[in-house]
Amino acid sequence: MPLPYYVSPEQMMKDKAEYARKGIARGRSIVTIEYGEGILLLAENPSSLLHKISEVYDRIAFAGVGKYNEFENLRIAGIRHADVKGYSYSRGDVTARALANAYSQALGNIFTQDIKPFEVEVLVAEVADGNHGSKNEIYHILYDGTIEDEHNYAAMGGQADEIRRFLKEHYREGLSLAEAVQLGVRSLNVTQNKTLTAKDLEVGVLDRTKTRRKFRRVGGESLAQLLGTTS
Amino acid sequence: MNEQPRWLNVFNDLSTSSFVDVLRRDHPHLLPEVRLRPEDAAAVPHGTTVLAVSYRDGVIMAGDRQATAGYQVASRRIEKIFKADDFSGVGIAGAAGPAVEMAKLFQTEVEHYEKVEGDNLSLEGKANKLGQMIRMNLPMAMQGLAVVPIFAGFDAKSAVGRLFKYDVTGGKYEETNFEAQGSGSKDARDSLKKLWKKDMTRDEALRVAIEALIDAADEDVGTGGPDFIRGIFPTVRTIDKNGFGDVPEAEVRKLCEEIVTVRTNSGNGA
Repeated sequence: MPLPYYVSPEQMMKDKAEYARKGIARGRSIVTIEYGEGILLLAENPSSLLHKISEVYDRIAFAGVGKYNEFENLRIAGIRHADVKGYSYSRGDVTARALANAYSQALGNIFTQDIKPFEVEVLVAEVADGNHGSKNEIYHILYDGTIEDEHNYAAMGGQADEIRRFLKEHYREGLSLAEAVQLGVRSLNVTQNKTLTAKDLEVGVLDRTKTRRKFRRVGGESLAQLLGTTS
Repeated sequence: MNEQPRWLNVFNDLSTSSFVDVLRRDHPHLLPEVRLRPEDAAAVPHGTTVLAVSYRDGVIMAGDRQATAGYQVASRRIEKIFKADDFSGVGIAGAAGPAVEMAKLFQTEVEHYEKVEGDNLSLEGKANKLGQMIRMNLPMAMQGLAVVPIFAGFDAKSAVGRLFKYDVTGGKYEETNFEAQGSGSKDARDSLKKLWKKDMTRDEALRVAIEALIDAADEDVGTGGPDFIRGIFPTVRTIDKNGFGDVPEAEVRKLCEEIVTVRTNSGNGA
C-alpha cells in the first residue's frame, strides 16, 4: 500500500482556512443592525428570488454569505432544527443560542473532517420578546465553526472589516428603521464604487411590534420609502 | 442491483419542505400514535361541535368550548379553532388529544413549507395535506380515536373564502356554503340550512354561526352552550382578505345575550 503524502496539520488547516476565506471574500456582504424596534438584516443581493436572509422561527432569522448551495443547506437544517424543537417542546423553547451552537458544531466538523471546508459565514439573530431581561442576540459563525456574539451591529462577507469599521464610527442606539436601513446601505457603499439602490438589496427585519412571527421582508415601495428615494 | 448515483438523492428527497416527512424519517417517535382498546376510547375527551360558514368577504369558523368524555364534561374551555397560517384555519372535532396534536402538526407543516420554500402552499395544497394527515390517523380512528376536522381559508388566487370537510379516511370534500362537524353537527347543519343566505355581511354571518352553535348545544348533550355563569363563550374567527382574525369576546357575548333573549321571549326556546 503506498503511503499517503504527509502534510502537517498546521499546513492543512492553514490551506483550508485560506481556501474558505478566499471563497467568502468573493461574495457580497451582509450587515445586521439593531434598531429601536428590532433587528435589521440587509444584504447586497441583486437576485430577488435567491435569498440570503430568511425566517427561521418566531423571533429568529438567518443570514448567510458565501456559496449559495452551502448556506442554503445550513438554512434548511436550521429551520428543521427549530421546527422539530418547537413541536416537541414549546415555541418558547426555540432559541438562537442553541441554533448558533448547532451551526458552530456543524461547520467545525466539516472544517476538520472534510476535504473541502464550507465557504460560508452565517448569522443567527433573535429579537428580544419584551419580557424582563430579554435582549437581542446576534451570533456570527465562521467557516471553521468559530462563534462570536455581536452587539449593536455585525457585518460579514467580502469586505466585512471595512464595513464594521464604518458601522463602529456611525452606529448609535435607538435608531428608527429608516435610519438603520440608510446606515446599512451607507456602510455597504463604503466597499463599492457604485451606489446601491433598492434593486440591489435584500432586506429583512425582526420586528418586535409584530405578533408571534416577527420576521418580515421589506421590499418594493416600502423599501424605497425607507431609503428616502421615492419620487 | 444497480445503485443510483448519489446526486440523484436530492431530487428524490421530497422531505425538504415537508415537516411531517422530516419527523417520519428522523424523529418517528414524535409522530402521534396511541394504542388503546376501543372500549376505552369513550373515556377519552372528545371535541364536539365546530362549523364554518361562508359569507360575502370570506369564511367564519366557530366552535363551542366543551370537551366531553362519555357523560362527563372533560373541559369547559377547550379551543377548537386553530389558526393554520395567515389565511386559513382548522376546526377540530373528534378525540380531543389527537385532534389538537393534528392541528399543531398541520400548523407546523404549513409554516415549515412556507419558510423552506419561501412561498405559501396553495389553499388546495393545504387542504390535501390535511387530508393526508387524517389518513395517517386511520389506525387510531379504528380504535375509536377518530379526528375529523374542517378546514377553511381565504383563497388568494380566486379571492374567495373556501371550506372543506373530511371523512375519517382522509377523503376531502369541498362545500360552498357551510359545514359542521362533531357530535352536534347535525343540529348545527339543520340550523344553518334554514338561516344561511347568499352574500351575508360579516355581522349576519356571525349571528347565523352562533345561532347554529346554540341550536347544537340545545339538542346535543355533548355540546356546550354559552356559559353566562363562568363567562365562557364560543370561539369565533373570521378569515377574509385581511387574513385570520379574532372576533372580540365582548362581541360574541353580546350576540349570545341577544339570541338567548329572543329565544326566552319566544316561549318555546327557538
